[in-house]
Amino acid sequence: MVQNIIDVKNLSKSFDISSKEPGLKGTIKHFFRRKTKSLKVIKDISFEIKEGEIVGFLGANGAGKTTILKMLCGLIYPSEGSILVSGHLPYRRKENFLKNVTLIMGQKQQLIWDLPPIESFYLNASIYDLDKFEAKKRIKKLSEMLEIDEELFIPVRKLSLGQRMKSELLAALIHEPNILFLDEPTLGLDINAQRNLRKFLQKYNQETNATICLTSHYMKDITSLCKRVICVHEGSISYDGKLDLLLKKLSPVKEILIVCRSEKDAIKLVNSGFTVKNKIKNEITIKIENNSITSSLKTILNNFEIEDLFINEPPIDEVIGKVLIKKDYDI
Amino acid sequence: MLEYRVEIALWAISGIIPFFMLNIWTNNNLNESLNISDLMLSRYFLCAFFVRQFSVVWVVFSFEEDSLMGKVSPYLIQPLNPFFRYFAQHLAEQITRFPFALIIAFFFFILNPESIWIPNLSILLLSIVSTFLSFLIQFLIQSIVACLCFWTEKASSIERLLFIPTLFLSGLLAPVVSFPAYVKSWIYLTPFPYLIDFPANLLSGNKTNISGGLSMQILWIFLLFPLFKKIWSEGTKKYTAMGS
Repeated sequence: MVQNIIDVKNLSKSFDISSKEPGLKGTIKHFFRRKTKSLKVIKDISFEIKEGEIVGFLGANGAGKTTILKMLCGLIYPSEGSILVSGHLPYRRKENFLKNVTLIMGQKQQLIWDLPPIESFYLNASIYDLDKFEAKKRIKKLSEMLEIDEELFIPVRKLSLGQRMKSELLAALIHEPNILFLDEPTLGLDINAQRNLRKFLQKYNQETNATICLTSHYMKDITSLCKRVICVHEGSISYDGKLDLLLKKLSPVKEILIVCRSEKDAIKLVNSGFTVKNKIKNEITIKIENNSITSSLKTILNNFEIEDLFINEPPIDEVIGKVLIKKDYDI
Repeated sequence: MLEYRVEIALWAISGIIPFFMLNIWTNNNLNESLNISDLMLSRYFLCAFFVRQFSVVWVVFSFEEDSLMGKVSPYLIQPLNPFFRYFAQHLAEQITRFPFALIIAFFFFILNPESIWIPNLSILLLSIVSTFLSFLIQFLIQSIVACLCFWTEKASSIERLLFIPTLFLSGLLAPVVSFPAYVKSWIYLTPFPYLIDFPANLLSGNKTNISGGLSMQILWIFLLFPLFKKIWSEGTKKYTAMGS
């Protein structure tokens, strides 16, 4: 049986936020009598993640997904509840725990700006107690997986964003962590760089059985990497389960554009009982439920003169967008 | 890479306050009333320059910038206190400055040939130890202030408050011996005279209490280190990972 590697129970996090009225009067008032209020950004959430799972955290800006990741990796203290990651309380930042995890934040870098990435890799290798031979071996292996070579010896400030991100990944993975926390790792990357990064993460997960917790606003990252998603809405979990189940629930019908041989055939099809969205001359768009799609298409192809046919998947961003504004999804 | 070389040279030149002070002191004969000879004064300020070159600390500014930019976050989840990084940076920069400091000293001796002296080996070694201890004290003081970033975003403004006593009481502008006896007795109870005055006097061969000075430096390190550890531990609980 696969073990839980992350166990979160009734976790909450509050921040003290101060507010200030505009103008000089507001500034003076703020100086002498500052008004602060406690804002609960994470509200009593619980979930478990199994070893080797890739889980996507979805949510609108400010929903609390990054705060969850920060608590999971031990960067910030929780206000209430308990977190166990790989058997450790993350916020204690014990050496054994820190050697098992890594955090990668899109466009936030740990590489030394003025030096080539290779220097940062050897520095990180020393921090994680790797000897030079082992470090060299791991750098070679990871650079091959990430397809970077000459870039290792060029100062970081001269690298492109994509090359920098690959180098960041290498620096963050040199100690071979078994839990990866990735906060928007593809932010700002072009389509090819995004695809390469996803391919690498998939391969890393398959080869090392590492657990990956990922937040991203690029739905392609989520759909190609994560079987399971946790949707966060205003600090609470609105959905925790399989991504394909969520998609089916959110988008129960497909739209099919049918090009009939003649307008006469199109009229015949309109009158045959299908739900028609629109009709332009001999082109008809109908809506069919996901569970009856095969039988409906068989009926159409057998009984009508069809010239062409297109099945339109609703855009994934649009579908997931619905989750981000809704509080609860029962699947 | 030219800009880096120029930057290093500028760092070294930026520490020449002691030479300006030497000029003010000697031109106004301020040393006569204190029974300090011109020769001793010029050696003192040259040594103050050297001590300053190898004990200057800017960790509060680096840490503040890294905190605000969210760069501290990845460091915090590594099994090494981030202050070791800053410590290593300072040491590396001190090594880089060394040749430039020697060049400045060379020109100083050309202009003041009577000031040339060769300290004996034991004094030289003790001065190096004392300068390093001075660096440790300054590093700990600034690290404690830097940790206030966990509570206030602008810890450097608190550091500016410390800059005033550091400037006047450390011996950078005037040897501590020039202060009135009553004030002096109080100054020696603070960490400031052990930052520049004591190591500079030691290196220049001026009369100084070597064992007393070294003991006070070690005492301050023993007092400041646990304070730093405590404030670091409390601060990281407050960390909100802003900017990341």
